[in-house]
Amino acid sequence: MTAVADVVAPDTRKAGRGLYRAGVILLCAWVIIPLYLLFVNTMSSPDTVNSFPKSFIPEFNMGSLEFFMGFQGMLRALWNSVVVALMTMVMSIAIGAPAGYALSRFDFRGKELFRLLILLTRAFPLPLLALPLAVLFIRTGLDDTAFGLALVHTTLAIPFAVLITFSLFSGIPLELEEAAWTLGCTRLTAFTKVILPLVLPGITASAIFAFVISWNEVFAAAVLTIENRTLPAFLLQTLGEAPLHLKFAGGFILVVPALIFIFAVRKYLFAMWGIANR
Amino acid sequence: MEARLLPYFLILPVTLFLCLFFLYPFALVAQQAFGTGNGFSLDNFREVVSYWKFPISMKNTFLLAAAVVPIQLALSLLMATMVTKMQKGRDLVLYIWTIPLGISDLAAGIIWLAIFEQSGFLNSMMVGLGVTDQPVSLLSYQTPWIVFLAIMLAEIWRATAIMLVILVAGIGLIPKEYYEAADVFGASRWKQFTRITLPLLRPSLQTALVLRVILAFEVFAVVAALGGTIFPVLMGEIYAYQFDLQNGGAAAALAIIVLIISIVFTLIIMRALRVPKGATI
Repeated sequence: MTAVADVVAPDTRKAGRGLYRAGVILLCAWVIIPLYLLFVNTMSSPDTVNSFPKSFIPEFNMGSLEFFMGFQGMLRALWNSVVVALMTMVMSIAIGAPAGYALSRFDFRGKELFRLLILLTRAFPLPLLALPLAVLFIRTGLDDTAFGLALVHTTLAIPFAVLITFSLFSGIPLELEEAAWTLGCTRLTAFTKVILPLVLPGITASAIFAFVISWNEVFAAAVLTIENRTLPAFLLQTLGEAPLHLKFAGGFILVVPALIFIFAVRKYLFAMWGIANR
Repeated sequence: MEARLLPYFLILPVTLFLCLFFLYPFALVAQQAFGTGNGFSLDNFREVVSYWKFPISMKNTFLLAAAVVPIQLALSLLMATMVTKMQKGRDLVLYIWTIPLGISDLAAGIIWLAIFEQSGFLNSMMVGLGVTDQPVSLLSYQTPWIVFLAIMLAEIWRATAIMLVILVAGIGLIPKEYYEAADVFGASRWKQFTRITLPLLRPSLQTALVLRVILAFEVFAVVAALGGTIFPVLMGEIYAYQFDLQNGGAAAALAIIVLIISIVFTLIIMRALRVPKGATI
């Protein structure tokens, strides 16, 4: 069938392929060019950033980044961001992974209800929950702490952690575990010696994803912290008065880890939406 | 550990955590919104709704969602089908296309600010090409439609990737045999897309649209970076109530309104794209 089509219309085929290739390249450019322009601005001296017209080639001057690092409170905000993101990462995996395992290995009453609860959390604008928690945290002394914010970010990351680990564990045959049991492993040792090494890369990916979720979150961070601002919250607060080169350097610092992380987790990006394995 | 109880033991942490930090705050936010100290009242809602900025921010949020989501749906469907047919360089192209997934809305706003601000790249290009002699102030009160366009572009740039990822995962689940059969019967590419891909993609489309529409109502930092006060949106108003006006009750009432809008749209999308009972891939 296709052979006939090839004979009949080689020109339209070729044109179609050219169009397809041009489309792919165009869409890649659409993603990369804005990122490149931010890079150009970050790698320029503050004077260049504020001057006109702009050059489209970076001058590799560290002035803007140095200004950013020296800006009052910025390093602290950067540090807070890392701390909150690390806490979120640990908590969401520690809490989410067991549930992912339970969903993949057991049939139990209330399983569907539990799945629904997990899926529901994604169908809500979760950052809004920071509003009531702000009051609650003041009462419990968690206000303006990294831990309090990490709790909210963990709520954001948990549905993903559960769904990713669920699909990871589902990808490992039960027979493997059973074989370990017959060879004298308990449920726990079979898990730690056989299953865990196999899923570790995937767990790492899901942890990294949790890190990115927390690293990027603005609204809850801005509502829940005052002194201990994270980087996005700090940048948001200074948006009004900050000079341009500070904004661009800050934006760049926000983007870089995300780039690396997406590269690291790219294989798992498609397993975390609760669609696979349905 | 008794095997029958083990699963419950394993899901206990998540359940407790979500009850404490997901369900309970809901109750709290409702309490904050409906109560003004002496029992049930709608005062907070009356105050929020009658504020002059409310209709504008409501209109802006909806307008933005209506402008952005359909374009993203079309674009992500196009990208997903392009990627599935790709033989060489699939991984690289997918990586590039999913980069924005890891980029925060604030960073995306700042990125597009680099293009649209007065001494930015768009002005540099326009002057370079001789379109204008002087750099024009693009993001100002005089040109609200350019502000809207910049926010729209930033949103499309940033959040198409999330739909793309979901749709690529969904397309991967469709058995190749259907396409082979369609080829045998001489169905065109377009027909294959509308008769096989789209119907079988329903569950993924559902997930993608729900997530995306909710994110669209949550739009906040992109707007803060690009529009500031020129383009008020609902989340920005909530933030202003909480911080600038120190009015927690009003912020909670507005939050309830956003929640209700989100739930209504989730239900509409789920209903419109529901998978018929008993149908499987």
